[in-house]
Amino acid sequence: MQTAVIVFPASNCDRDAAVALEAHTGKAPHMIWHKDTSIPDDVRLVIVPGGFSYGDYLRSGAIASQSPVIKDLKQKAEAGLTVLGICNGFQVLTEAGMLPGALMRNAGQKFVCKVSRLRLANAQTRFTKLYDAKDDIDIPVAHHDGNYFADDDTLRRLEGNGQVVFRYVDNPNGSRNDIAGIVNQAGNVLGMMPHPERAVDALHGGTDGNNLFKSILGSM
Amino acid sequence: MADTLKSDDITPDVVAEHGISPDEYKIILDRLGRAPNLTELGIFSVMWSEHCSYKSSRRHLGKFLTSSKRVIQGPGENAGVIDIDDGDAIIFKMESHNHPSYIEPYQGAATGVGGIMRDVFTMGARPIALLNALRFGEPDHPKTKSLVDGVIAGIGGYGNCVGVPTVGGETNFHAGYNGNILVNAMCVGLARADNVFYSAAKGVGNPIFYVGSKTGRDGIHGATMASAEFDDDSEEKRPTVQVGDPFTEKLLIEACLELMATDAIIAIQDMGAAGLTSSSIEMADKGGVGVELDLDKVPQREVGMTAYEMMLSESQERMLMVIQPGKEPLAFKVFEKWGLDVAEIGTTTETGRLVLNHGGTTVCDIPIAPLADDAPNYDRPHTPTEPRAVIQPSDIVETEDYNDALLRVMTDPDMTSKRWIWEQYDRHVMADTMDSSQSGGDAAIIRIHGTNKAIAVTTDCTPRYCYADPYEGGKQAVAESWRNLTAVGADPVAITDCLNFGNPERPEIMGQFVGCIDGMNEACRAFDYPVVSGNVSLYNETNGVAIPPTPAVGGVGLIPDLSLIKTLKGAKDGDTLILIGDTEGWLGSSIYLRALMQREDGAPPPVDLAAEKRNGDYVRKLIRNRRVSAVHDLSDGGLAAAACEMAFTSVMGATLTNPTDLPAHAWYFGEDQGRYLIATDKNSINPILTTADGLGVKAQIVGTVGGDRIAAQDGFDVSLNGLRERWESWMPTLMSGATETV
Repeated sequence: MQTAVIVFPASNCDRDAAVALEAHTGKAPHMIWHKDTSIPDDVRLVIVPGGFSYGDYLRSGAIASQSPVIKDLKQKAEAGLTVLGICNGFQVLTEAGMLPGALMRNAGQKFVCKVSRLRLANAQTRFTKLYDAKDDIDIPVAHHDGNYFADDDTLRRLEGNGQVVFRYVDNPNGSRNDIAGIVNQAGNVLGMMPHPERAVDALHGGTDGNNLFKSILGSM
Repeated sequence: MADTLKSDDITPDVVAEHGISPDEYKIILDRLGRAPNLTELGIFSVMWSEHCSYKSSRRHLGKFLTSSKRVIQGPGENAGVIDIDDGDAIIFKMESHNHPSYIEPYQGAATGVGGIMRDVFTMGARPIALLNALRFGEPDHPKTKSLVDGVIAGIGGYGNCVGVPTVGGETNFHAGYNGNILVNAMCVGLARADNVFYSAAKGVGNPIFYVGSKTGRDGIHGATMASAEFDDDSEEKRPTVQVGDPFTEKLLIEACLELMATDAIIAIQDMGAAGLTSSSIEMADKGGVGVELDLDKVPQREVGMTAYEMMLSESQERMLMVIQPGKEPLAFKVFEKWGLDVAEIGTTTETGRLVLNHGGTTVCDIPIAPLADDAPNYDRPHTPTEPRAVIQPSDIVETEDYNDALLRVMTDPDMTSKRWIWEQYDRHVMADTMDSSQSGGDAAIIRIHGTNKAIAVTTDCTPRYCYADPYEGGKQAVAESWRNLTAVGADPVAITDCLNFGNPERPEIMGQFVGCIDGMNEACRAFDYPVVSGNVSLYNETNGVAIPPTPAVGGVGLIPDLSLIKTLKGAKDGDTLILIGDTEGWLGSSIYLRALMQREDGAPPPVDLAAEKRNGDYVRKLIRNRRVSAVHDLSDGGLAAAACEMAFTSVMGATLTNPTDLPAHAWYFGEDQGRYLIATDKNSINPILTTADGLGVKAQIVGTVGGDRIAAQDGFDVSLNGLRERWESWMPTLMSGATETV
């Protein structure tokens, strides 16, 4: 299966995402430069990776959300393309309006890098169906702006629709409802602050992220 | 300011303001055959500053062991280069950013990280790990908390954004750093051994390219600031601190590495201390050429900058390179792709002179050789530190409450968990971090991407030992580095050093410097563990009070097989604990004395280098023969601390025994060197003890693993979780403002 990773000038988890994708698909992903205007038609899954996109001196992901490639990504996602935004990628997707809400500065004001235990809030999505909803998983977080915020109406809608996918067991950043990851209403776009691509290797970060990649591939 | 070749009005005051002594000024007059103008004086001033010229330290640095069969490039380039087999090379260096970090902690620390990364990728390496060595003043000193807060945020803010994991380091708190904190940053990069880049600008008539951020007025005379003491008005120096832009650094890394994959670059040098001056002069000097620059072409952030300002600016994230003629379009294409400012600002010449043109006139025309090679090289007088009395265990009255003793030792500021710090660093980006600060282990372990090998990296120094006895302290810093790498199963390969001292013009400070270097060098030679790069930071003094001598050592080791790694994690229930190495119960200059009795006296533990090597080689062999389940080196706090740290990370208690005649305080808390604590299953006990005996290595059974308490038959008995809670909470409590006393 052909996959792709978007590369902004200061993406820094693009290689990690590519390594994880290649390990699972057996095929190197396309690395798509932010100035490119289109995503090849053979691509079935796009990762918007972690990092600092354009330095994030403004709001995290704000400038990246306006880049040429995101315009095309938005159109293709509306047509059903599977998209996974991780960390900065999640911030980009909210800034681009592809997911509701916003990621604000962590409640503790500090960058936080630690292993976070996550509860499966929805193990029925195309991203999570191989997880057992009963089992918590350990996935690392590393961010300064991971404090998920949405207004009450939006939160109610997210919760009611089962769009909340992951919740922190021990909330590291002040996110409302302990939200660590959400999908869009159609279920094809997932944004999450924890880094599943850093949890696909027993020698580095554990293997609890593997089922996320396997779930996606299994649903194609 | 008139920038012309006519002499400006260079008065003795102007000379003194530039940190140039009257004798040094005479040399300048002699070499030029005339008086310099202000721009030229500024150039001499930064090139001959302590920071750039090493004028007090050079003759002593020359003593170091700097070669081995794995050394590709020793000191003298931007960073050291070692061979790690299969055509792979590791490029690494540690550098200080002490003065700026005290004045402006966030930007000072951030730009320290940025600067050391540039030293590494300048040579063709992708940075793969960052470490640091930090020393702050007393925890309750009024400035300490804000300095800690700013420095940690600055280090994290820069490394996290660029996307290089910050994997390890060490942090001390001591009154000796109240007026001068130390921020030493280390970067480790990976390159191909046949594609290392150097700074020698060989060849005449080649284009010189400037790339990166625009030049502004920030950091002018930073190198000179770093070459003088502080006084009460030091905060007025804030304008000399540079401002970091990690986004541009990230672009520079990617762009430089992309261009380095072609044959376009002849020579490359980052603009660090003394900016455009130092980079152009070093490249020219090493290449044996002259340089002519057109300053009007330098990308500038502000209008109306003078030649003086441009040459002395320390704006960050800038590189200078000599490009292969004909490859200019390729260079422009790559840098423009990454959105970087790039300009062709000059050419190499055959004159051997630095010629600067600005606004249609020549504003500087001076020979390069005196700037680089005729820099002062002082043999400063040095007085050895008076030896201290050795403290015997019987000199120290035993505590009546060993539970309290253990608690005090483990909550000593230097001993406590530094989670508050390292959770602010992205330790996992690049997905090759196999072990980092989070396990509290001896060394961080970074896999070489896509291979079955790894490097181990660590930073080490015990300043209180160096203060007590510079020579033994210098030996110990290198020995502990070597031991920490050994304790994870690595072959120690080489070190970088960052030598932080007070004012070298004082003989007792110079004595500390010389003592530490001689001790370090002896250890380097004993272990075949050479120095391949480094940095000297002097004048770490405020109002005449110097820091404790702090020669920080950054070590790199090679792990040839990922399956042969052991760390302090992994002790199993029922494992036997074996202590490798001799114990005499050395309490002089120990954490125990300081934490319980507020005493910092006594000679520090001597390092028997032959025993250190014998013991370490044996432990590495046990790891490679899969004889052990966990290993931890013994250092601060002795056996008790090592056992606690092993227990904290394996979440399993331990019961310790004392098979000697030593009193409990000396046995459990003595800081004798060259020791390791290993955990092993019962089948391996006898082979380990027997083989050790044959090798002349002392090995004793000292306890068992299991339970939920840390206990000793003749000492403490405390709950593991309770102790851990106190150990973990010290730093968050400090930083939240509420100071808890033990």
